[in-house]
Amino acid sequence: MSESIVENNVSGEADHADDQQHPIGVYLKVWILLFVLSGFSYMVDFLDFQGMVRWTLILIFMFLKAGFIIAIFMHVMWERMTLITTILGPPTVILVLIGLMASEGEYVKGTRIDYLGQPANAERIHVSDVHLEEEAEH
Amino acid sequence: MTEQALNNQGHMQNIVDDWSNDKQAYHVPWGKLMMWIFLISDTFIFSCFLVGYMNVRMSATEPWPYPSEVFALELFGQNIPLILIAIMTFILITSSGTMALAVRYAHFRDRKKIAILMLITALFGLSFVGMQAFEWTKLISEGVRPWANPFGAHQFGSIFFMVTGFHGLHVSIGVIYLSIVAFKVNRGDYDKKDNYEIVEITGLYWHFVDLVWVFIFAFFYLW
Repeated sequence: MSESIVENNVSGEADHADDQQHPIGVYLKVWILLFVLSGFSYMVDFLDFQGMVRWTLILIFMFLKAGFIIAIFMHVMWERMTLITTILGPPTVILVLIGLMASEGEYVKGTRIDYLGQPANAERIHVSDVHLEEEAEH
Repeated sequence: MTEQALNNQGHMQNIVDDWSNDKQAYHVPWGKLMMWIFLISDTFIFSCFLVGYMNVRMSATEPWPYPSEVFALELFGQNIPLILIAIMTFILITSSGTMALAVRYAHFRDRKKIAILMLITALFGLSFVGMQAFEWTKLISEGVRPWANPFGAHQFGSIFFMVTGFHGLHVSIGVIYLSIVAFKVNRGDYDKKDNYEIVEITGLYWHFVDLVWVFIFAFFYLW
């Protein structure tokens, strides 16, 4: 192990040398890209896509945006692999929690329908209908 | 061995070397590492909220409201779906961009530019919190409560106030944090030690707040 790396890490000073290599263009491009991706996300809702198309598009745009923020804005792309695995590794166990809670949610819904006689597919309520009802009451 | 040589050994060898290093495993300033550890723990808190949201939404037999209608605004005589949330999203992304530039100028020790960019970031954050306050006021006046919701499943109210409230708290703390660091940068506090790491650390926190919003926007507002 060389002297230089030990010194660098005690003071943390020498990191600037390689950070300066990021040209300003990278940030501006990612910035614009995030704007465009957010615009696309919003269009998914505005153009009223439904069903599988909607979920797929929402997730694709979400993961792209998250990926660019983490990789470029948070500089993870330029970190050493030891730090990257420490940052990204632990959160993956959340997938287990998601799986467990999804299965539990299905189960709870099933028992509510079977034992409490609650509706399986209640019609979603439009906001405008609620407002009309309120006006009628007054 | 130089640092360049250390980087060229391949990722697996890097991990082995770093973890078997007597002195330290992470070759970054400790302040930055501590911020990362904090952000990882915060990730778990937000994940628990969002997973809880998924669970109640899947198990609710009452219908879920249409978020794009609940968060619609009447502009120029037209009802535009989800427009306020879209504007908030763009504001937060813009603030992330100005923060990224501030971090870049920190490498050049450009005090004026760093301070101004960080203050602009804080102002964007402040306007975000302001819009959120407006959104809360609007929903509360329509009868949405943590325990009630006139547009469908009551869980919508609970999740809305809990998740956006916790995120809004993060933004508010970020605005204070940014303002303090910008003030100290401008005063030249970091020139004394010739150490501008704090700008990058503050940047990590701010980008994380933006990152969390990406997930809230997708799962709560768009889903």
